[in-house]
Amino acid sequence: MSSSEVAASDASTSVLGSGAATLNNNSRLRRVLRRSEPTFAIAPFLIYAFLGLGIPSLAVVYQAFHAQTGGWTLYNIRLVTHGVFLVGFENSIKLGLISSIVPGILGVFLAYAIQTSHSNVLRRLTSTASGVLANFGGINLTFMFIATLGSTGILTYWLHDIGINLANFGFNLFTFSGVLFVYMYFQLPLMVLVITPALGGLRPSWREAAENMGASSWSYWRHVGIPVLMPSILGGMLLLFGSAFAAYATAESLTLGLVALSPIQIGNFLNGNVIAGETHVGYAIAFGMLIILTVTMVLYSLVRKRASKWLR
Amino acid sequence: MATLSGAGSIFEVAEAENEAVPSYSTGSPRRRRRIRWWRLVVLLLAGAYFLIPIYAGIKFSLQNVEGHFSFQAYRALPSAPGFTGALTLSLELAVATMVVSTLLMVPTAIYVHIRLPQLRRVLDVVTVMPIVIPPIVLIVGVLGAFPEWARASPYLLSFMYVILAMPFVYRSLDAGLGAIDLKTLTEASRSLGGNWIKTLWRVILPNIRPALLSATVLTLALVFGEYTMASLDLWTTIPVWIVQFSISSDGPVQVAASMLGLVGTWILLIAVVSLDRSQSRRSHRKLGA
Repeated sequence: MSSSEVAASDASTSVLGSGAATLNNNSRLRRVLRRSEPTFAIAPFLIYAFLGLGIPSLAVVYQAFHAQTGGWTLYNIRLVTHGVFLVGFENSIKLGLISSIVPGILGVFLAYAIQTSHSNVLRRLTSTASGVLANFGGINLTFMFIATLGSTGILTYWLHDIGINLANFGFNLFTFSGVLFVYMYFQLPLMVLVITPALGGLRPSWREAAENMGASSWSYWRHVGIPVLMPSILGGMLLLFGSAFAAYATAESLTLGLVALSPIQIGNFLNGNVIAGETHVGYAIAFGMLIILTVTMVLYSLVRKRASKWLR
Repeated sequence: MATLSGAGSIFEVAEAENEAVPSYSTGSPRRRRRIRWWRLVVLLLAGAYFLIPIYAGIKFSLQNVEGHFSFQAYRALPSAPGFTGALTLSLELAVATMVVSTLLMVPTAIYVHIRLPQLRRVLDVVTVMPIVIPPIVLIVGVLGAFPEWARASPYLLSFMYVILAMPFVYRSLDAGLGAIDLKTLTEASRSLGGNWIKTLWRVILPNIRPALLSATVLTLALVFGEYTMASLDLWTTIPVWIVQFSISSDGPVQVAASMLGLVGTWILLIAVVSLDRSQSRRSHRKLGA
């Protein structure tokens, strides 16, 4: 808050309030307190965020450049940019991209279908379900999908009864395609959560204006709807990318840690499944993930800046 | 508009309704039907995708060894080795997380809404970080940087869960605060002689109660579902227990635990949201609005 605003609100208090006299007595102290009030009020949050987000990130960077014996080294970084670790990054990025683009597009349709249904019950059910399911994952999710699409799963049976064998289509729950399909279970709700406010920002008057000028439904979406929504959709997809890129528990329990993905590789180093004394390689992989995600974040904030221009 | 003819005022009402409820179906009846058909397909497919696995999980958990219907797994759950210990730990962590998260996020969100709206974008970005920075990277960093005494306590997990819950808690609070006329409410309370604490406790908090409650339930869901950090920090919370138990003995018991967690949270959240809706509707009626 600028000092002129403070002065203005002080003036309004003295006009409105009964305590004009008391205000004068310690007005200087008050002004100092007032000016530092925003800092005090916001400080706990910023300190907490720094301790919980900043310190761990800095520690990862620091440890990535250190050897087990102490002292600076580039050995860890060189190691993780080659061989199986590079494949891990590639797989993770590939998985992140596919499982952000596909649920990203489907999520828009789903959110739009829910929003235009005008059913409060449906909206309440789906908004609560989105919140719960976006936090759902890991072993529980794996169990559910094994019971659904595993070799004795119920959907496998149902499809078998009508003569469809999923394995013939190259689908296997425990490989890349399976991980992708299962990830949708928390990615789609996350997209619905993120995109619903943006859909609410589409004004009916825009549609009416377009129709008055003779636009078809398609040309409305082509020239108005999609351009307006595009920044939010891209922003949502970037979030989904981060979330899929980061997911550890689901991938680990589904593939038993056998598919080369960066989070699983970090887990292996920390669990001591790999030769002891090489935990710093894990830090280096974590550092690599941070770099990739920093790029994602920069893109996200650029996109968000454009999105907020329209949706006010 | 009130001075205009009756027809004019009806038009005004119709337009106001149009504004309040976003209407996408102003076109011909034929197109409206097509949209409805399309919507039905999308909703049915999504419903199938989301509900069949839940159904499969529940069905699996309701089977005994011979594959017949039975509540055996749910009955065996409380006496399963290690379950009560894991449940107690998870509950303790959940309570600590919810208390800290509320104390930290509610004042911050309210203050930023009233006094520092220009900081909202900063908060938006900061609170989205925990979705973007992988929990595994965070816990690796925490274990590498925090002092010994902090790492020895299970409440280190609570400390980090507050961070992980931030995106959901802040978004929920932000939406709740945006939906009420915060400025008018606080000014009214202040001019009636209420101090800040009174304003917060008796005016703002009751108005954002739905947002607050759903944020709390989502935090609960998060604590009871988080596996990565707990397992790498070597604490046996419920998700970690489920994994360990499934390795030592297979069977529907751990699926029963998972399904209880998922469906229980969902029902709790629906109950919280609808209870609050009906309550606010009743208070509206009492006011004669």
